[in-house]
Amino acid sequence: MATLSERMPAALARRTAAEYGIWSWLTTVDHKRIGIMYLVSATIFFIFGGTEAFLMRLQLMRPENHIVSFQLFNQLFTMHGITMIFLAVMPLLIGYINVVMPLQIGARDVAYPRLNAVSLWLFFAGGLMLYSSWFLGGAPNAGWYNYAPINTGGVLNPGSDTLGISFYVLGLQIAGIGTLLSGINFTATILNLRAPGMSLMRMPLFVWTVLITSILIVFAFPPFTANLGLLMFDRLFNTGFFDPSKGGNALLWQQLFWIFGHPEVYILIMPAFGMISEVVPTFSRKPLFGYTTMVFAIIVIAFLAFMVWSHHMFTTGMGAVVNSVFAATSMAIAVPTGVKIFNWIATMWGGRIRYTTSMLFAIGFLFCFVIGGMSGVMLAAAPADYQFNDSYFLVAHIHYVLIGGSLFALFAGTYYWFPKMTGRLLSERLGKLNFWIVLIGFNVTFFPMHFLGIDGMPRRVATYPPGLGLSFWNFVSTIGVFILTAGILIFLYNLRDSLRNGEIAGPDPWDARTLEWSIPSPAPEYNFAQIPLVRGRDALWVEKQHGDGRMLPAQIVEQHGDHDADDHDAHQHHADRHLVHMPSPTPLPLILGAGAMVAGYAGLYRVWWLAILALVACFYGIFRLMYDRDPGYYVEPKGDVG
Amino acid sequence: MGRWARRRTWLVTPALMLAALALGACAQHPQATFSPAGPVSRRELGLMSFSLWLMIGVFVAVCIPLVYAMIRFRERKGDQGLPPQIEGNHRIEVVWTVVPILICIALAIPTIHDAFVLASPPAGSSPLVVDVVGHQWWWEFQYPGQSIVTADEMHIPAGRPIELKLTSVDVLHSFWVPALAGKEDTVPGVVNTMWLQASVPGTYPGQCAEFCGTSHSLMRFDVVAQSPAQFQAWVTGMQHPDVTPTTAEAQAGAQLFSQYQCGICHTIDGTAAKGTVGPNLTNLGERAIVVGGSLQNTPTDLAQWIHDPQAIMPDTIMPAFSTLTDQQLSELTAYLEGLKPQA
Repeated sequence: MATLSERMPAALARRTAAEYGIWSWLTTVDHKRIGIMYLVSATIFFIFGGTEAFLMRLQLMRPENHIVSFQLFNQLFTMHGITMIFLAVMPLLIGYINVVMPLQIGARDVAYPRLNAVSLWLFFAGGLMLYSSWFLGGAPNAGWYNYAPINTGGVLNPGSDTLGISFYVLGLQIAGIGTLLSGINFTATILNLRAPGMSLMRMPLFVWTVLITSILIVFAFPPFTANLGLLMFDRLFNTGFFDPSKGGNALLWQQLFWIFGHPEVYILIMPAFGMISEVVPTFSRKPLFGYTTMVFAIIVIAFLAFMVWSHHMFTTGMGAVVNSVFAATSMAIAVPTGVKIFNWIATMWGGRIRYTTSMLFAIGFLFCFVIGGMSGVMLAAAPADYQFNDSYFLVAHIHYVLIGGSLFALFAGTYYWFPKMTGRLLSERLGKLNFWIVLIGFNVTFFPMHFLGIDGMPRRVATYPPGLGLSFWNFVSTIGVFILTAGILIFLYNLRDSLRNGEIAGPDPWDARTLEWSIPSPAPEYNFAQIPLVRGRDALWVEKQHGDGRMLPAQIVEQHGDHDADDHDAHQHHADRHLVHMPSPTPLPLILGAGAMVAGYAGLYRVWWLAILALVACFYGIFRLMYDRDPGYYVEPKGDVG
Repeated sequence: MGRWARRRTWLVTPALMLAALALGACAQHPQATFSPAGPVSRRELGLMSFSLWLMIGVFVAVCIPLVYAMIRFRERKGDQGLPPQIEGNHRIEVVWTVVPILICIALAIPTIHDAFVLASPPAGSSPLVVDVVGHQWWWEFQYPGQSIVTADEMHIPAGRPIELKLTSVDVLHSFWVPALAGKEDTVPGVVNTMWLQASVPGTYPGQCAEFCGTSHSLMRFDVVAQSPAQFQAWVTGMQHPDVTPTTAEAQAGAQLFSQYQCGICHTIDGTAAKGTVGPNLTNLGERAIVVGGSLQNTPTDLAQWIHDPQAIMPDTIMPAFSTLTDQQLSELTAYLEGLKPQA
């Protein structure tokens, strides 16, 4: 690379040396590095959330236990829910979207690389802020959906530090804006940056799910932003949107929350569907069965996602007419979901199934997600839900779809894509141990919760009396958590060990089908030395079947944005020597994230001058990001396509 | 009706199977949803069971081809080349689109039917109206037709529909007596309605199902279903309560009750105590449970509660009377335990 810089105009040579220091990570705009930072920080938050769950299960192991106080228990289940949904599973999915999606469409990066870094740092700032609440008077304590009017605090939430829920409001607001920007970024990327030949109906199904997820994010997050804004006014400036004693409406929060919250759970499962749709065909050595139907199924699910929110509110007194409508629309979701399940099975049918760890998790997903889907249909039957709602039956349901669904798919995806990120395979021996222990631990923990629900145990209770017959299955459930924890620890050990000692993967360890496997592992910073030409669905598989197994380069002159005179020489160079134009690293997104966090804290502690100063700094960062011209820099690809 | 009831019986079978599993250590399950004691919970269980049957069918329909494919189409040693590259089959995809639609319709019909049936008490019945008020963390029951107010235990006549009008004075709660009916939320500023009925006399435990703050776990109550005659006697007794202390100890307790101004928060009918912040104590002596069932109604437990309520129910607004001596506590509890409806 040093020789390259000698041949380059000085102004453009500044970033040619590969940098791997901490500063290079903090300022990177590379989608793969941003993805990896999402994955690492979300894994850390996942460990926090898991620890909170572990403490709760210890408390519930026996009736009338006093390992934690009521107040602490309430903070634990609140932070567990917030963490797993907003700080673990969603960023894990966004991490894989970042790493994989641009590679699968044959792009050099996402559409807005710097915006991508802004998303990351806003997520990180929000998460950090939420967790700092533990040390600043107490965590939020009203559940992850934080119902009104207890969320307005004061006398309605006795014994709690008044700041706890303000951390929820501002932390999730900051992280949520990051997610919204990701949704916009991914949509623009998929619609604009696909390699030549990749029509929408040739996109890998994972990319389809990312597109639909991004559209869900763009439509679902604004009501949440508005809801948090109203609550912020209630808490910081004593308005009364949600407090009936001030003329507000307690159910308004619930309506706005679930208009966001139900699409949110599909945001958590859609990319998981996409991952399963990549893993199952690869290891069955067959194309995905019914591709077109699969695409339509996710579009239908996304459409229905906005028409079912009130099924979370069957017991709020909406009446038989409204309950019937929402029961019917909720049941309708089972139809496209069922189609997907059967199409995955049909993909395996007649194939030649290789039982890698990734495939095992995909099959585990099929079994567990079906159970979660079925309890979902039972919950949709409104009069039955009068009994199920807010009981442990519901706790079982959400964990079957979020762990048995999203998390199992994330495991499958991790074993599948780890080599593309690191160049090394995860240990299959540890992987299989990881799979079986997690599968057993998960089911032993959560299946008994169905029984606890019909035995009459409400969710979110810090304890229960011995006379209700709840003791046995609670004990079993806690034993399950020990097993599940062991399985997760094996996985974490596997990650760490394989990073150093794992088998070298090579570009295509699975004999896979999509574009990311046509380039070296780990993927070079420019992804594709030359943009590939896509000649069919499963682009790489098409070349394996009908070509020489290598992607053909698309014969196009690479398009650059408006470039001024300074860049002219460089473009001449580029044409001669086949250089790749890359965006420069920048600390501005990091500064923006930090500014948002400072503004959040200043608002919490009512230091208004600091809040204004921090917001000014944020806007300065935004304008710099908007109007600074980035000349970028050039790298010379090491090899040719393939 | 009879035919429907018979159908319901076989529908209930899988629920009983589940119940057997749920028994676990052969314990009693007084708060379970699968031993209904009234028409509302019985209908709900019927729908729960029907949906469970359907879903067991779906699970089998998914598992058979899945397990078959896993075994039959696994990679074997010596496999050469690729399997046939089939991309889809419209006919079979139509089948597994249409069949789930039919299953959903089959479930939607009883769902919508039951939603309307359960929306209000049967036409032509004369339900007893009870106003249910949720407080952090106890339940208040007002009988507007009878001018009675009580707490912790809701007395109802067996065999008669009860129409509940539910609200809350602070945050959301949810009223749930699994053996009698599914839940309904109490929302401040809103009056929700539901109905339930106990077929036979008995005591049915219930619990708040919506998170409502620190001691949500302790917000329990009992529904006491009595024969109509017994219920009528109870109503009459409540309307003429026996609140005059008879023993010297209880008289000293009544003195303490007014000296410590307990009447600011509590009501005892027929006395100067008219507070409405805390539970009405007029019939405290006859209740089997107090403080939402966290305590048995014994003088010792009651004394402990008055002495240090936070130790029993964290963050309750009941103040601690820690300066009372043991002697004073036993006088006070003697007075309170003597408060009963007229026999």
